[in-house]
Amino acid sequence: MASSFSRILSSKRHIGILTLVGGSVTAGFLLHREHVSAGVPVRRRYPASAEFPDLRKHNNCMASNLTPAIYAKLCDRATPNGFTLDEAIQTGVDNPGHPFIKTVGMVAGDEESYEVFADLLDPVIKERHNGYDPRAMKHPTDLDSNKIQSGHFDERYVLSSRVRTGRSIRGLSLPPACTRAERREVERVVVDALSGLKGDLTGKYYSLTQMTDKEQQQLIDDHFLFDKPVSPLLTCAGMARDWPDARGIWHNNEKTFLIWVNEEDHTRVISMEKGGNMKRVFERFCRGLKEVERLIQERGWEFMWNERLGYILTCPSNLGTGLRAGVHVKLPLLGKDPRFSKILDNLRLQKRGTGGVDTAAVGGVFDISNLDRLGQSEVQLVQTVIDGVNYLIECEKRLEKGQDIKVPAPIKLFK
Amino acid sequence: MPFGNTHNKLKLKYTAEQEYPDLSQHNNHMAKVLTSEMYANLRDKETSSGFTLDDVIQTGVDNPGHPFIMTVGCVAGDEETYEVFKDLMDPVIEDRHGGYKPTDKHKTDLNPDNLQGGDDLDPNYVLSSRVRTGRSIRGFCLPPHCSRGERRTIENLSIETLASLEGDLKGKYYALKNMTEEEQQQLIDDHFLFDKPVSPLLLASGMARDWPDGRGIWHNDNKTFLVWVNEEDHLRVISMQKGGNMREVFTRFCTGLTKIEELFKERGHEFMWNEHLGYILTCPSNLGTGLRAGVHVKLPNVSKHEKFGEILKRLRLQKRGTGGVDTAAVGGVFDISNADRLGFSEVELVQMVVDGVNLLVEMEKRLEAGESIDDMMPEQK
Repeated sequence: MASSFSRILSSKRHIGILTLVGGSVTAGFLLHREHVSAGVPVRRRYPASAEFPDLRKHNNCMASNLTPAIYAKLCDRATPNGFTLDEAIQTGVDNPGHPFIKTVGMVAGDEESYEVFADLLDPVIKERHNGYDPRAMKHPTDLDSNKIQSGHFDERYVLSSRVRTGRSIRGLSLPPACTRAERREVERVVVDALSGLKGDLTGKYYSLTQMTDKEQQQLIDDHFLFDKPVSPLLTCAGMARDWPDARGIWHNNEKTFLIWVNEEDHTRVISMEKGGNMKRVFERFCRGLKEVERLIQERGWEFMWNERLGYILTCPSNLGTGLRAGVHVKLPLLGKDPRFSKILDNLRLQKRGTGGVDTAAVGGVFDISNLDRLGQSEVQLVQTVIDGVNYLIECEKRLEKGQDIKVPAPIKLFK
Repeated sequence: MPFGNTHNKLKLKYTAEQEYPDLSQHNNHMAKVLTSEMYANLRDKETSSGFTLDDVIQTGVDNPGHPFIMTVGCVAGDEETYEVFKDLMDPVIEDRHGGYKPTDKHKTDLNPDNLQGGDDLDPNYVLSSRVRTGRSIRGFCLPPHCSRGERRTIENLSIETLASLEGDLKGKYYALKNMTEEEQQQLIDDHFLFDKPVSPLLLASGMARDWPDGRGIWHNDNKTFLVWVNEEDHLRVISMQKGGNMREVFTRFCTGLTKIEELFKERGHEFMWNEHLGYILTCPSNLGTGLRAGVHVKLPNVSKHEKFGEILKRLRLQKRGTGGVDTAAVGGVFDISNADRLGFSEVELVQMVVDGVNLLVEMEKRLEAGESIDDMMPEQK
């Protein structure tokens, strides 16, 4: 606890952070943001029981964990920025469930949300992250890519490799809650820092509001352009407000390192290339991230991070590493095998179609990535993907030869 | 969003210029009116329920413009919004409602005896007749801002009140979240069922939160009088029937509304109304009467005439497709209704529709017979 505390206090922007340490009593004393009283009870005309959402048809992590008692305890609280419980859970109330995935059903509006609404967020995090207990456990961060072993896949099978994560700028509200000025400040801070990247990371920023038609078409052709979210999971959380103000895409000239600004998180950081050299992709990822962190620190900013939850992002599902390392891999035979899902499960891997989440696999090509985000380090997760994908390729090769395959033993979590 | 507005105070840490929305690509009433000075003057205000300027304008910021219609781009979260933010609302209202001034008074007239004719629109052309309006219950926040507790209270009050209607107005309430499959199918077949809004204009204002909690449909046994609860407004009231007897539709409309208002008053509630803006509804475009009286009418020939648009404009009428706003006319059948809402009484607006549709049907008959309609062009109303 001591080291994260000192890390917090060393930041130039420790606005409202001390609410992380105390409860709402100390927050009243220790606020740093002008004009705002931390934890002031919100106006309410009806008792909590009259306001409690109807979650009987719901199947998401929030609905599974929000009891009337927890609601009553938290409904009158607000973070120092004014973010409330109702705002945090609105997306889960409005979206009862996804047919294939158990969605999280709530978001954070700022770093303090994870403290002020801990009574709900902690069990949600525990459920989503396979038993990780934020009160008792510590999350390991490890961005040393040298530790990766055999990270070069058979390119007859692996078409491309990619690692993504997100980073939030400490002191500014997250996309569900940020004001226009805060969002523009995120853009300014990030773009300013990125202009300091050199060598193979030298690049350029394309603001969504100012892009030319030509630039837009190029970004579409490169598969870099992101659109205004259409998923109600995101729009109901308020993340698409004021679109496309202060949103944009930065990428290096080589088109192997890409940053989305103010989409679902302050920043999404992506390292990618064609082919199977995952080790190089991860090396660039780590190097780029550390360099960006250094550049924002020079300017007095830092990323949201703490020992319990690792990197803080909008969606609780992305806490910890926020990392999804994946490949597009040809597995036409394995993909049809009835044991495929079980094999993936045991390898702690997840399949998606080649359009990303919510799409179908085309031509036997799957997007395979890590399932976990929190409780394992970046290095551990990428190694898991490397080992797992190598195993899948072996299975595919065996099936090609008419040989049988084995379902591997399940990997243990939280070593 | 309901409650806590420490969030608005957070914004005051930044300058008005830093917070002012980028409206350079925008074409809606709010964007035309909201200068950075106005934004600076209004941004620290809020209504007593905590509705702020940014809440008012969010839908207009998120939706730069509609291809065919100049949208309003702002909403009210409660009755007070129209007062607290009058510097913005007044010019928007003036622009949207044909020059209606902040000092003008709006006349309410729900006496169907004041309507002349209207019982014999030619049923060979007029397929159906319909009158709708909205009502808000004073003391509660409006759909963009209400909490679940408020919305449920509005629903319960409405159910209780509507349950007291008798005679040809006697009916039944169907809560959206408790409907059986059979009930749902019947309501779809009757064209009564409303869905969760999909239009980004509505979604961006927060009206669809918590769907379908607190929402439902009430209709009388005869299926000629229908009330939507907690869709875009607290209540939407609709009177309709096949054929061209607009007079009967309007009479039932007035009787029903008046009765409902009485019943609410018996329970200690009244509708939001004032002398200047008439009935208060969520969207500034629906102030005054909130009334849209319309018919589905076959006008395959008139609609192709080069002066169709001009004729409608002079008659103060508006055309839509038969699916309602944002749809196309199918088989030459148009939805023709009054263009105005505020500054004219209910009777005056229905009169315009009756007279206007009668004229359009006469024109259609002339064109069918191969004759000209040049001598029939109306004056600007």
